[in-house]
Amino acid sequence: MSFPWAEEYRPKSGFTRWIDQRLPLPRLVYGAVGGGYPVPRNLNYFWNFGVLAGLALTIQIVTGIILAMHYVPYDQAAFRSVEHIMRDVNQGWLLRYLHANGAAFFFIVTYIHIFRGLYYGSYKAPRELVWMLGLVILLLMMATAFMGYVLPWGQMSFWASKVITGLFGAIPLVGEPVQQWLLGGYAPDQPTLNRFFSLHYLLPFVIAGVIILHIWALHIPGSSNPTGVVVKGPQDTVPFHPYYTAKDGFGAGVFLILLAAVVFFAPNYIGHTDNYIPANPLSTPSHIVPEWYFWPFYAILRAFTVDFILPAKLWGVIAMFGSIILLFFLPWLDPSPVRSGNYRPRFRQFFWILILDILVLGWCGGLPAEEPYVMISQVATMYYFAHFLIILPILSWTERTLPLPASISESVLHGEEAEAAPADLSGVRPAAAE
Amino acid sequence: MATVEHSDGTLAAGPDGGSGGGLRRRDFINIAAVSAAGVGAAATLYPLVNQMNPSADVLALASIEVDLAAIQPGQAVKTIFRKQPLFIRHLTPAEIQAANAVPVASLRDPQTLAERTKEGKPQWLITMGVCTHLGCVPLGAAEGEVRGQFGGYFCPCHGSHYDTAARVRKGPAPKNLEVPDYVFKSETVVTVGEVA
Repeated sequence: MSFPWAEEYRPKSGFTRWIDQRLPLPRLVYGAVGGGYPVPRNLNYFWNFGVLAGLALTIQIVTGIILAMHYVPYDQAAFRSVEHIMRDVNQGWLLRYLHANGAAFFFIVTYIHIFRGLYYGSYKAPRELVWMLGLVILLLMMATAFMGYVLPWGQMSFWASKVITGLFGAIPLVGEPVQQWLLGGYAPDQPTLNRFFSLHYLLPFVIAGVIILHIWALHIPGSSNPTGVVVKGPQDTVPFHPYYTAKDGFGAGVFLILLAAVVFFAPNYIGHTDNYIPANPLSTPSHIVPEWYFWPFYAILRAFTVDFILPAKLWGVIAMFGSIILLFFLPWLDPSPVRSGNYRPRFRQFFWILILDILVLGWCGGLPAEEPYVMISQVATMYYFAHFLIILPILSWTERTLPLPASISESVLHGEEAEAAPADLSGVRPAAAE
Repeated sequence: MATVEHSDGTLAAGPDGGSGGGLRRRDFINIAAVSAAGVGAAATLYPLVNQMNPSADVLALASIEVDLAAIQPGQAVKTIFRKQPLFIRHLTPAEIQAANAVPVASLRDPQTLAERTKEGKPQWLITMGVCTHLGCVPLGAAEGEVRGQFGGYFCPCHGSHYDTAARVRKGPAPKNLEVPDYVFKSETVVTVGEVA
């Protein structure tokens, strides 16, 4: 798709030629993830995480379709049907633990995938749409994960659905009707459970569709790489198959070992014991927290405690959604022509401060809303927005970047540039934005 | 891979390759990795398929206990075994005689009454109430229902007649009514679904 030196698909037998002339699906696969897709030769293991996220989605869809064969989306039976899966269905415990922990692993690899994009400047031109489609996938994932968490109809499920739909109640004027529309009533009940089940089954396939767009948009310029320098010739790339299929295969093996270790030895470690109590609309658990992958956002939500023009509750909701909406503008908030954090010493320092800041937010989000955690999350929330709205724009104009390698192959070959350097490049200027 | 294929078709080993000809280190790694992944995939398939088999709670109801004490000679009862009707019939001496009088060789599915009941208890005829033609419930197990030309059961769907040993005598059914596994726990208590 991307480079003129990409290997063309050649059918090996009469049969594949016959297929190719009528439905060029093998040609599409060959050009997308086969020998016909040239990829920069210097990708490190952080480039595994897109494939791992795809693998995690596949595990979720396969185990989810199976769970739906045994689950009953009826408020009187939902909790019992989940216990039925755990105790009676053959290997049902395995499939449900895979699904519950698989969701957490899906978020882990997706967050690493996003941080890789942030560090190496993968959001910059010409990949803005790849980045934005990725954010759409993240938002869909969050909605799917939330609705899936409601389905067991335990205490955390019930109160999570109440709290999260309550966020929409903060919208002025239309808030309350919107909340009732989402719930199908005045509080979470049978209509809520049934529609969440329907949407929880639908959204993963919507995610799969957006992933196809994400990959399509990616394959126009091709993958970025740790230097951020654009591909200049065939010496800079290797075919996706077998080089990256093998590398991704290794990563998938490590990923599956870690997932299996958690599923078999600590399947409830990241869960909440309260969710093994059936939903009770008359008793709230003493300490409601979302799953860990929502903690930073939950901390931002709770950081607003003072009414200022708008009610504090509304500020919290705006800030929480704003923390992701903001990222859609990242390609323009950071116009530095150098992509990779490896050549931006100042940016690199602030990148790690941002990671630390998000970890602090996550830590606060998992704790009760008490002092000093509220104040810490207020400071951390302020820093989060300052990083993107103030620090990054200033940095990208003022920073002195390090000299970039002339090409990918030069950076890989270390001193053997004579063998690989293109003749028309003298050197050390930032090579992006062309 | 890390080897170069020459125009004459031979493979030259890369710097990490083996001794030249024969099996290379890389071939071994490739075959070992793909095989291990294949075994893992096959093992993963097992729970994905097995989860559709009857679950533990379904299997727990796979055998039932029935008290026969209240069933009078000539009377039959219908009960449920594995979500299907089960016929339990207390045969009268006349019915036993009628069943034994039939030449076995003349039957579509040749079986004697003794083969279809337990030893010493020819009066207890326990069969599934599922017609062997297309699975309807035959009549004759409840008070006042027609019992067909042979005094046993009659399937109203397509007109199969069963005799007093629940053997097919007329109509489209290919087999006699199925006799499930059952065990007499005492003189009057029977556990259906248990193998002796």
